Parts: sequence; structure tokens; C-alpha cells
Amino acid sequence: MSNYPNNLQYTKEHEWIRVEGNTGIVGITAFAIEQLGDVVHLDLPKAGSKFKAGESFGTIESTKTVSDLYMPVAGTVAEVNSALTSAPEDIANDPHGKNWLVKVTLEGTPANLMTADQYTKYIADAANH
Amino acid sequence: MDFLKKSTGHAVVLEEPPSFETSRPGAVGTDLPTLDVPRVEPKSVFKKVRVRKARLPELSEPEVIRHFTRMSTWNYAIDLGIYPLGSCTMKYNPRLNEEIARSGELSEAHPYDPIEWSQGHLRVMWELTEDLKGVTGMPGVSLQPAAGAHGELTGLMLVSAYHKSKGRQRKTILTADTAHGTNPASAALAGFQIVQIATGEDGVIHPEALAAVLNDDVAALMTTNPNTLGIFEKNIQTVANMLHEKDALLYIDGANLNAVLGLSRPGDFGADVIQFNLHKTFSTPHGGGGPGSGPIAVSDKLVPFLPVPRLEKHGEKIVLVDNAPQTIGRVKAFFGNYGMFIRAWCYIRALGGQGLRAVSENAIINANYMRSQLKDVLHMPVNAPTLHEVVFNDRNQRDVNLDTTKMAKRLIDYGMHPMTVHFPLCVKNAIMIEPTETESRSEMDRFVNALKEIIRTPEVEQAPTRVFRERVDETKAARELKLTYKFKD
Repeated sequence: MSNYPNNLQYTKEHEWIRVEGNTGIVGITAFAIEQLGDVVHLDLPKAGSKFKAGESFGTIESTKTVSDLYMPVAGTVAEVNSALTSAPEDIANDPHGKNWLVKVTLEGTPANLMTADQYTKYIADAANH
Repeated sequence: MDFLKKSTGHAVVLEEPPSFETSRPGAVGTDLPTLDVPRVEPKSVFKKVRVRKARLPELSEPEVIRHFTRMSTWNYAIDLGIYPLGSCTMKYNPRLNEEIARSGELSEAHPYDPIEWSQGHLRVMWELTEDLKGVTGMPGVSLQPAAGAHGELTGLMLVSAYHKSKGRQRKTILTADTAHGTNPASAALAGFQIVQIATGEDGVIHPEALAAVLNDDVAALMTTNPNTLGIFEKNIQTVANMLHEKDALLYIDGANLNAVLGLSRPGDFGADVIQFNLHKTFSTPHGGGGPGSGPIAVSDKLVPFLPVPRLEKHGEKIVLVDNAPQTIGRVKAFFGNYGMFIRAWCYIRALGGQGLRAVSENAIINANYMRSQLKDVLHMPVNAPTLHEVVFNDRNQRDVNLDTTKMAKRLIDYGMHPMTVHFPLCVKNAIMIEPTETESRSEMDRFVNALKEIIRTPEVEQAPTRVFRERVDETKAARELKLTYKFKD
């Protein structure tokens, strides 16, 4: 099982966010990628797009399924990880670090998110289903 | 691996290169008469003329026939064996439908023929319309939509028109997590926002879960009944009442209608709109590029908004009526895909009311036979009574490193089409089996024996290896598309 960094906060839909001042860096967790299998396509929003907390901001497609990506916090997209959109399979390497999805300018404070410990417990429960 | 040896043979299957590579300059399949008019140079007529000849394959007639026939032997089809793709209802299509639909009197009809000449065709459409009303217990039907998803879109346009006629715009469509995947897609295409409702432990929608998200912005709830777990939504009447109290509508996806013909009518439990997938329930051919057909049935509330032209019977004469002030207009050129109506009409008329009921009863019995045969080896995540399909997963196989994908791939080596995998999404690594009513017990046993042998021998890796094309790299296939032929020179 992967290690989930303590400086990230996690959603039930398996996104993470790292807050640096007024910026939130958003990605998806190693658990999500393990569940998805081989990722073949990533659809991310343009810079400048505005999202509410919990709103779908894009999709990730694997050979198994297509899943929505949900914004952990309200904000405007400042930057998209364009290296990843051209090689989406790379997301499996370092999903909690250099392979983030979008950077957003925060328009709210993250609420109802999980700590690394809480998330580790949450996915252990999910895996038993 | 005894069953594998017993049930499959050795075969020589011919390789066939792209026709560009077997092309021989000058080879033709036609014999045109000598030109008996003056030859005209294209350049003297057209401003722009291509200078280089298109590099199309040149082959004789038998070469063309063999090209496609050889490739057809690499394929799998319902005419070859069981095709238990859950949710897809891959039933056998009776040849009688084809025979009648292809007869000259019917297949050569032209939509511009005068209405007086077309009374027989209109009668087929009229009778199909009436039959679909009878099956659903709903008062309005349109045959126009060209496919199931188009039917969904049309249904949602009617929902919008209904709310607009009340002077409001509602933006939310609720979908259950056991709804068909097309439901949220159709709702998004129709301009709605989607809110998903999680079903309970017993696999159905609970009134409390609906109450938590139901408000004055909800235009409709879309769900499938029986749902994609094969479970009948026992609270559907309460759900319909709750929606109607807010003047929201109930959209039932008719994809699983094959389970309830003559047993339950959506109109009786409060549905406002349903689409029919004629290829599933009424045995018109599946896909292959179409044409499809996805008629819709609606409640009284939505009748004023149905597409035009509509069929009406004036005395003995059937006429087409365009005059309907609140209609959403046309959704398809002419009258829809008529060839599919003939096939569905044949199927319904050949079986009759009792026969249609027997279709659903046998679909339910067959699926429950599969369930009873597999329940001791596969885990059933939602253990509730099921109708026409059954959903398992690979939980019992986790310790032996056998997963859903591997089981599906290995079934190919047994010469069978695998079941649906990884759907519905609410079940992790789902294995979804729908035999349909057209499979015999011996054919279902073949599938069960194969699956049991696969489970007994988890160590086999890298299937399929016994078919013409061995395991393909799905990831690479999705990332590196080759959609055109590249000449080497």
C-alpha cells in the first residue's frame, strides 16, 4: 500500500489537494489509479475555468472505465499540468507529487476533507467491499 | 482443463492482409460495356480535377468476397453461441423478422410516396405504436428517435418543454448509481446538471435518499427498472409520488424492459417517459453501425410536446398530423428507421401478449439459473432477488490472483463471448451476466462449465491464446490509434 503524504488533504472521491498560500494543487491518489488500471486519457479544464467545491472539473479514462474528477475546493484554474495530458499514463508514477492535475486559485477554504490517516483508513474499508 | 479440450476444437483460420497489400492493378469485379458516347475529359468540365489517381485497392469479385469472409471467421456472433453481456440483452434475432422486413413490398417503400399508397406502412407504424402503449400502459408514443440514446435525449427535451410550459426552467436531473451509463450522458447533452443518488445496501433507491436531494430545481429522476443490478425497484411507486408532489417527472430507462413484459407496466407505477431499445427487447439487430431505433412512450402530461408528424386514425385511414402547437418539433427525418419498426412489429405479432410475457419469464428463469449455478463460486455483492441479469464480482478469487478481467479474457479461449465486466460502476470489478430468454439450458451449462473451470485453474496466465488474435494490448490500442492505412512507398 502506498504512503499518503501528511501535507495533503483527501476527498472521498480520491482527489488530493495541497494548499500553498492562496494556491491549491490538485491531483488524484495512488489508490484511485490502482483502481482505474491503465490510464489512457485525461480531460482537464482550461486555465481560467471556475469551479465550485464538489463540482466535476474533468474526466480520467482507463481501459476499464471513465471517471469524473471532482474539485476539492472552490477555485479558478490557474495552471494545467500539460505534460500529463499528452502522456496520461505517467500519472501512475508519483501521483502525489510531480503528476498533479491542476493548480487553482482558492476561493474558499478546504472543508470536510480527510487527513492522510483518515484517508488510509477510508480506503482500507473501501477495499473490503 | 478437461472442459476446454472437450468443448473446443482445433481449427485453421486464414490470415488476411489489408486489401491495399493484395491489390493488383487492373483487377476489377465488374465488366462495363464499351463506351458508346464521346469521351469527355474531366478537366474540360470541372475547375478542379485531381491529378493523382486515388490509391484504392483493386481486386476481383472473389478476392473481395474472400477478404471479408476470411475476416468474418475471426469474429464472434450471437449466431455462433451465447453472448451473455449483461445490460445489453444480446438475444437471438428470429429470421422471420428479416424475411418480412426485406420483402420488396416493404423494403422498397419511399417516404415521399403519397399517403394513400402508404396505408399499409402506416398501419405497421400505427399498430406498433398501439402495441408499445399496451406494453407500457402509457398513452402517448413517438417512433421517431433513431436509437435508444436519441430516445433518452428526446424524452429529456419533452421534460424541458413540460417545465417551460409551466413558466420555469429546472436544471437538475437525478440519476441512481444503478442507472444506465447513458442516462447522465443524455442529461448532460440536454443541458441539465446531474446529481447522483446512491442506492441502499439492498441495491434499490430509498425514499430517504431521494428526499435528501429532491427540491424545486429537480426536473426529473432518471433510472432503470429493473436496475442494472437486475433488481426491481420496490420503492418506485413512492419515488414517483414524491417526484410528482414537486411536479418533477419520472424517466424510466427502458433498457431493461425485457425483464417485465406483461409483468409490470411503467405507466402503472407513475413513469412519465420511457425509451424502448428495439434491438434489446424487440429483437431488431444490434448495432454494427445501425440503423437503430429508440421510440419513446409518455404519460398524459407529456403528450402535448411529442414530436411531429404524429399518426392519427381518421375512420379507416391513417394520416400524418403536423399541427400540434406545443410540440418540440421533429427529431428525425421522415418517420424514424422504418425497417426496424417492421422487425419489432413482426416480433410482437408473432409472439402475441402471452408470448411476450413468456419472453420475460424465461429471461428471468435463465438469469436465475445462471445465478444458482455460479453463486457458490462467485461473490454476490448485493444479495437480493434478481430478474433478467445477475451481478457478481471477483472477491472470492482475490487470494488466488484471478480477477474479473482475467476471467473474461479466458472465456474467449473457450469460444464464448465474455460477460459484461466493470459495470455497473457501483460494484467493484463487476461480473454481469444476462443470458436472455433465447439460450437453452445446455448452452448456459457450457458457459457455467467454462467459468467454473477457469476459477478452478487460476494459474493460467495471458489468455486468450487459442484464438486467431491473441491478447491485444488494450492500453496501447487506446493510446496509439491507427485509423488509416500507411503506404510503405
